[in-house]
Amino acid sequence: MNESRRAVIAGHGEFAKGVISAVEQITGLGELFVPVSNTGLSPQGMDQRLREALEGSGARVIFTDLPAGSCTMAARRIARTDPGLVVVTGAALPTVLAWACGCDTAEAVERGHESLKLVEGAGGA
Amino acid sequence: MALELFRIDDRLIHGQVVVGWGQPFGIGFIVLVDDEVADSDWEQELYRMGVPPGMDLFFDTVESAARRLPMYREDRRTGMLLTGEISTMRRLVDAAPGIDAVTVGGVHHKPGRTARLRYVFLTAGEAQQLHALADAGVRITAQDVPNAPPIALDDFLSGDGTG
Repeated sequence: MNESRRAVIAGHGEFAKGVISAVEQITGLGELFVPVSNTGLSPQGMDQRLREALEGSGARVIFTDLPAGSCTMAARRIARTDPGLVVVTGAALPTVLAWACGCDTAEAVERGHESLKLVEGAGGA
Repeated sequence: MALELFRIDDRLIHGQVVVGWGQPFGIGFIVLVDDEVADSDWEQELYRMGVPPGMDLFFDTVESAARRLPMYREDRRTGMLLTGEISTMRRLVDAAPGIDAVTVGGVHHKPGRTARLRYVFLTAGEAQQLHALADAGVRITAQDVPNAPPIALDDFLSGDGTG
């Protein structure tokens, strides 16, 4: 496996495992990702868990769920001293899928933006 | 509405605070009290990027927070004051009379701490500090998210981490 095409997905609860299972179901590329959950972790514990995931996988990209989340805070702290590390916040399935399929991170983020649409039904909302 | 929520949470600005509490309570400002963060431009910028537009974030040391508390209390928006450490909240209560309730929102595992709730781990010293706050007249409860019932101090101190 090309280690440069591995990424960590970090988020609340089972977010990361859920996204990875969806990527696997759609593309068979779930093995590109390492899941990390913040459940029960202190900021120091989150930092350690993320560093272990990065070192164990060789990943250079971290996708996180909430821009304000503790995963994002920990990822940004790590990136501060690791300039080659890329952090993508607010990630959802379209962004992660695009990256898995070969887009670079900027393109993947753009795919994520493009995928967010309001589809109004007959009753509206 | 003014400053209504005093919360101890070692994650400081994070999803539960900004979204879980921030949206239903219409939080308009957060006061983050931490001597180290108050002295670090980089840390402040990190946390500023975590709050949504329209929510102000103020950084204070314990000393400056105590001094500015009357101003925060007069703010017409709903506010939350956060500390990451129990000891920080205790220092603030000592320095700024009138804080009558504090919520323990998240104190996670570290070596030396034992589980009381799934989101509260405490050393014996930290438990004593919470008791001291209660003895000073502060109502201490644990509550991670708004929909969860608040848990009284004696109840969560006797917990085993499963609650």
